[in-house]
Amino acid sequence: MAVVIGFIPDEFGEAALTAGLEEAQRRRTGVVVVNSTRGDSLIDKRYVGAEGMVTLEERLVESGIEHELRQTMGRDIAEEILAVAGEVDADAIVIGIRHRTPVGKLIMGSVAQRIIIDAACPVVAVKPG
Amino acid sequence: MDTLNLLLDGFASAFTLQNLMYASIGVLLGTFVGVLPGIGPAMALALLLPVTYGLDVTQALIMFAGIYYGGMYGGSTTSILLNTPGESASVMTAIEGNKMAKKGRAAQALATAAIGSFIAGTIGTLLVAFFTPTLATWAVEIGAPSYFAIMLLSMVLVSSVLGASKLRGFIALAMGLTIGLVGLDLSTAQARLTGGYLGLADGVDIVVVAVGVFAIGEALWTAAHLRRKPIDVIPVGRPFMGREDWRRSWGPWLRGTALGFPFGALPAGGAETPTFLSYITERKLAARRGGADEFGEGAIEGVAGPEAANNASAAGMFVPLLALGLPVTATASILLAAMTKYGVVPGPTLMTDQPDLIWTLLASLLIGNALLLVINLPLAPLWAKLLQIPRPQLYAGILFFACLGAYSVGRNSFDLLLLLLFGGLGFAIRRFGIPVLPLILGVILGPLMELKMREALDLSNGEVSGLFNEPLAIFVYVLIVLAIVVPVLIARFRPSAVPDPHNVEVS
Repeated sequence: MAVVIGFIPDEFGEAALTAGLEEAQRRRTGVVVVNSTRGDSLIDKRYVGAEGMVTLEERLVESGIEHELRQTMGRDIAEEILAVAGEVDADAIVIGIRHRTPVGKLIMGSVAQRIIIDAACPVVAVKPG
Repeated sequence: MDTLNLLLDGFASAFTLQNLMYASIGVLLGTFVGVLPGIGPAMALALLLPVTYGLDVTQALIMFAGIYYGGMYGGSTTSILLNTPGESASVMTAIEGNKMAKKGRAAQALATAAIGSFIAGTIGTLLVAFFTPTLATWAVEIGAPSYFAIMLLSMVLVSSVLGASKLRGFIALAMGLTIGLVGLDLSTAQARLTGGYLGLADGVDIVVVAVGVFAIGEALWTAAHLRRKPIDVIPVGRPFMGREDWRRSWGPWLRGTALGFPFGALPAGGAETPTFLSYITERKLAARRGGADEFGEGAIEGVAGPEAANNASAAGMFVPLLALGLPVTATASILLAAMTKYGVVPGPTLMTDQPDLIWTLLASLLIGNALLLVINLPLAPLWAKLLQIPRPQLYAGILFFACLGAYSVGRNSFDLLLLLLFGGLGFAIRRFGIPVLPLILGVILGPLMELKMREALDLSNGEVSGLFNEPLAIFVYVLIVLAIVVPVLIARFRPSAVPDPHNVEVS
């Protein structure tokens, strides 16, 4: 049992991380931080690099909450996060959400929407700031 | 002075607003394609060939020049920022360049690469302008037997010297020569290797082969390895250099140029050897100077030298191409094919038949080179963004251009089928580690070589001795024998080094 946090190295990921740690404290459980990439481009800004992983790990240790860091790669980010949630039998999933125009959503789809609809547990969706 | 005047005339005809625009477009397109890893200047040219259809000869050549230099330059960007060399010639740049970038000196590394490329390219092109006419007047005297021998030398060198495995090199060469044989025999009009199919009677167009092997092959290869862990990116600002960087760069630039140009002009061209030599030279010189030897931790000399050598050899390639009609790299093969399409036949007679064209081409190479510096230096951060394009979208675009290019060659849907076939071949040779260059050279040089051999044999009434009746030919044959025998002897008499298990590449 844990809180699964969908993390990306930007303000949305930060918001999710903060909210996720609070959620874990409230539920008295640990967190599993998931960072995924589709792995289909040479550079993915949303994928945490080697240095970023070290600082992220340090921050999690500092929070004093039982934690686990996972980096996965797959066709669909939503599927990746839901797979981890299923595997650890998550209490809740915490994600950051951003504004998407209807057209943008039509073209790019929305990872947040798919997670919210398909998740078998409560989903906390937070916004930065 | 004569050469200088001719070159100035070339400038006069190249320097119109329209031509400058084509040069800019060429440079931008070339860099765009060159930045993407796995796509070198040869593939860029092959893919963008159809873009130039409909232009006149001069403008098309100007655009080629831009694409070529742009593609060469683009490779250095990925080497430095990502440690993934876009092509084999940038491997050496990546060693020190990426270390520099990791130390926060990406801007200086990019700047020394760009300015070094510019200086080497300019000096190299000027050398081409001075050497080509001399070589061409001399080359008119070369008879068919010697031509045949020189082409043979070029093939042997490319297949055996470059690359890791001689056997693989010759396999590639054999495949290329076989593809080159397809079509009607030039003197007897017998159909060869056509399988009775009329569509093959005209032979296989080099553009279809090149686009298939390069573009489709690469696309299939990428599709087979679609998901890979993204690489850490190093952010860049606008490239610039401090005074200290300038002081340390100019020596390597000039030495790199001196090393690169002759190697580019040799029949076994290619930039791998001179870039490697330049890197070694700079490292030795730095060690001799002692003191703050930064090699291994991002020395600017290690970027400046190889990058200059790379571009100087790219310029050197034009000497045999223009003076002898002899392409020595895959890129030159495509250029040769492109020029032939416009009715320009490179060779000793080109200098006398169409001198304006040559001087315009050389002038536009210089212009393209200068534009490259002006346009690309400020755009470096933008080029780095290209690397975020997801592969499916990127390769969809490449496949589109590949099909367009193959179809536009003869407006024949059969060519698309051939394209797919060669794409499969391209995938297979990547899978089995067979080099591409001997294959492409075989396709383009095979028919030329056959033509010269037939000429020589016709003159001697079919006597084989007709192939050996020129002193130059005999000299070249001796070189060929040496090129094959010497490495074998060296390997036999030198106690073989204990294979280092750490150096064995595991894929």
